[in-house]
Amino acid sequence: MTTINVLEKRQKQIYEKGEQPFDMVCDKVSLAGSVSQRACVFCGSRVVLYPIADAVHLVHGPIGCAAYTWDIRGALSSGPELHRLSFSTDLREKDVIFGGEKKLHRALIDLIDTHQPKAAFVYSTCIVGLIGDDVEDICRRVSEEKGIPVLPVHSEGFKGTKKDGYRAACDALFKLIGQGSTEDIGPYSINILGEFNIGGEAWIIKEYYRRMGIEVVSIMTGDGRVDDVKRSHGAHLNVVQCSGSMTQLAKMMEDKYSIPFIRVSYFGLEDMSKALYDVANHFGHNPDILRKTQQLVREEIAQVYPELQKIRRDLQGKKAAIYVGGAFKAFSLIKALKYLGMRVVLAGSQTGNKSDYQLLKELCDDGTIIVDDANPLELSKYIIEKDADLFIGGVKERPIAYKLGIGFCDHNHERKTPLAGYVGMLNFAKEIHATVTSPVWNFAPRRQRLAVK
Amino acid sequence: MIAKKHTDYTATQNACKLCTPLGASLVLKGIENAVPILHGSQGCATYIRRYLISHFKEPVDIASSNFSEDTAVFGGSANLQLGIDNLRAQYKPDIIGIATTCLSETIGEDVTMILRDYRAAHPDQDLPAIINVSTPSYTGTHIDGFHSTVKSAVELLAHNGVESKHVNVMPGMLSPADIRYLKTMLTDFGLSYVMLPDYSETLDGGLWDEYQHIQSGGTKVVEIESMGCAQASLEFGRVLATQSSAGKTLAKKFNVPCHSLGTPIGIRETDQLLDTLEEITGRPTPAHYHRERGRLLDAYVDGHKYVSQKRAVVYGEEDLVIGLVSFLREIGIIPVICASGGESGLMEEKLRAIVPDFDALGMSVWDGVDFVEITELAEKCQPDFLIGNSKGFSVARQINVPLVRVGFPIHDRLGGSRVLHIGYAGAQQLFDKVANVLIEAKQEATGVGYSYM
Repeated sequence: MTTINVLEKRQKQIYEKGEQPFDMVCDKVSLAGSVSQRACVFCGSRVVLYPIADAVHLVHGPIGCAAYTWDIRGALSSGPELHRLSFSTDLREKDVIFGGEKKLHRALIDLIDTHQPKAAFVYSTCIVGLIGDDVEDICRRVSEEKGIPVLPVHSEGFKGTKKDGYRAACDALFKLIGQGSTEDIGPYSINILGEFNIGGEAWIIKEYYRRMGIEVVSIMTGDGRVDDVKRSHGAHLNVVQCSGSMTQLAKMMEDKYSIPFIRVSYFGLEDMSKALYDVANHFGHNPDILRKTQQLVREEIAQVYPELQKIRRDLQGKKAAIYVGGAFKAFSLIKALKYLGMRVVLAGSQTGNKSDYQLLKELCDDGTIIVDDANPLELSKYIIEKDADLFIGGVKERPIAYKLGIGFCDHNHERKTPLAGYVGMLNFAKEIHATVTSPVWNFAPRRQRLAVK
Repeated sequence: MIAKKHTDYTATQNACKLCTPLGASLVLKGIENAVPILHGSQGCATYIRRYLISHFKEPVDIASSNFSEDTAVFGGSANLQLGIDNLRAQYKPDIIGIATTCLSETIGEDVTMILRDYRAAHPDQDLPAIINVSTPSYTGTHIDGFHSTVKSAVELLAHNGVESKHVNVMPGMLSPADIRYLKTMLTDFGLSYVMLPDYSETLDGGLWDEYQHIQSGGTKVVEIESMGCAQASLEFGRVLATQSSAGKTLAKKFNVPCHSLGTPIGIRETDQLLDTLEEITGRPTPAHYHRERGRLLDAYVDGHKYVSQKRAVVYGEEDLVIGLVSFLREIGIIPVICASGGESGLMEEKLRAIVPDFDALGMSVWDGVDFVEITELAEKCQPDFLIGNSKGFSVARQINVPLVRVGFPIHDRLGGSRVLHIGYAGAQQLFDKVANVLIEAKQEATGVGYSYM
């Protein structure tokens, strides 16, 4: 049998529940040559701001960073679709020598004139600082000239990890917040943070809140609009999903605007319902909201319950591996998989912190592998050793599962199917059911060998 | 006529090109038991992996030296050396290929010197071959990174020796199906060969019984070493023929004669390839190629009225465009727009050489353009279809004409690896696709629902 060795310097970032005292090392830069599944600071900023559909997103640097992020997310817009275009200053050798400021200035002016956006974000890539471009100054000048916010995003790829990119994106958003009028915003109003409208998820969630009698002031950043972000300081509560990316912003808004925040997840029946009840309870002085919430939860669950039960019969006892960007999503997935009768044998994330992993450990059974910043070898090792039937991850994890004859559910930002909300839970269950029970695995060599044993 | 693009200072929008390290990575994935490492930020490796995986649907492990802020200030030597150590420990490769990025190039990293230090520090160890290539993303496009890497591999590994009867084949950036077809053709002529690169198995392989650290297949290091002793080299690409290349390096250093051919798309270019193989081997073309050619001609005739005088927009790497134009002209299609993100400055001259009535047909060549410019051009010339990679889908959708997907990447369909472009069999596939797309468009446009052609 092929043996897969884990690098010594990686061993402290991997933990098997039950074997030793829990002391997970995490929150550090990836090890050179480890083939991390993470991207970079730029990626962190880009994913957070990407769905803002009426802004120009200009990537300042050579062509790669913009080319690889063109139309990369399944984030839908109900109106303008500027976010689906890829803009780059496309720096060349002469720009590296003489600087790219003139090019950046001209590109911004041209793009703003052509597309008439409500704002522009300028993402700095690796070499921008090194060649001495003063991006702040250019942004300020263009902003004055064109009368729209032009916001620098300090996302040089090497200056930290994806998390630092989240922070840079939050900094840029924070500059917009407070610029709009908060007139007409009622007392039962929220912002939805960290929801990116993948496959229309934000619309599903927003509709739930509407039915509860809650006003959604802005969604950051799913189906995002600059004007909504500008007036978001008028909301009375921030509801933060994908806490890794947006808690930072919620804290900044709490400090400056005294808006409290709660952390929620919209994946799985349990967490979805809790998210709605937590918001209802926050506005507990209005019993009408709570009553409507109860009714909504009852109705929605009744709609999906029968089919979920059918699916659960087929999935009972199957084993799942989870490797996702943020640990918070993993919590919900573990609960949702348990609901479907499945057992989680591997749970990992790119960017979890110490308390995230502590909670992951508590949610998992003995023998579950918990891993931070894993690579293809480690993921393969444990899905083989633990004999997983299903892998939940993103594009880079998919072929690993397939090669080894394991079903796969795409749970990253490129997917086209909404997996949030009650209907999303049903979609999730259907997708898992379709992949795990597919007859193609009967032909997979590794499956055949295991079946013989 | 070559029309002038608008000014140099405009942003690139929806690029029709990728960055140089992607091309380097692709070549390195075609060397047996090789692992690529990109000397730069973590994101470069991850984005390129994601991009390649989305096309090939195979695991693509690419390491990173993972620059941090300190690295950018003090140099990346320690990171790169650590990366090499970790790759050796994890993958036990026969060869490690290092490609630089915009970041490492901008701070002036001397990878050759770092490698000298690395080798000196490990005098007693059995090191894998290590090659390096300079691929700053601000110079050229992915195709330049591709060719530079083939050239670097040859420069660093090939050596003198007793002349052997084998031929070197540098096919350029073709599909796995193309490479397999070409290998069969060479074998049919009784030729032994070194194909560089050969990702026909590594990026288009079967399922695994056991985990594969590095997918099997690819050009062996010893084969690359033997390229200096070959009886001849074959190199595809009319633009490449005028640029420095691996074939020319082998001719200059080791007197291996180089046959520069056009990418063998369509009958004429395939005839040329077979003539060359007859010349090299002194053998006649095997009979089944004559039969294949006969069937292709028969199909050309059966379908000629459906394609004759139709208008196409062709885009992609310059040598792919030239190959496709050669094919399209054989069947009477007018490639009204020939576009590329590449900027060799050679495309028009090469196209005029294969299309004598270039001006009379009203063809135009556009190099260094992006998809927004291609959309503007296409809107004006009312083409019947587009032919190129899947990134042109946005154009096709906007001007409402069909897209024939060829080349790289094909991100929105299955089977990118299996598209056969070259040889009579490739022309047959392309012809059927093009003709059927046009027939289908007509069938739909009439609204009658004709059930015969």
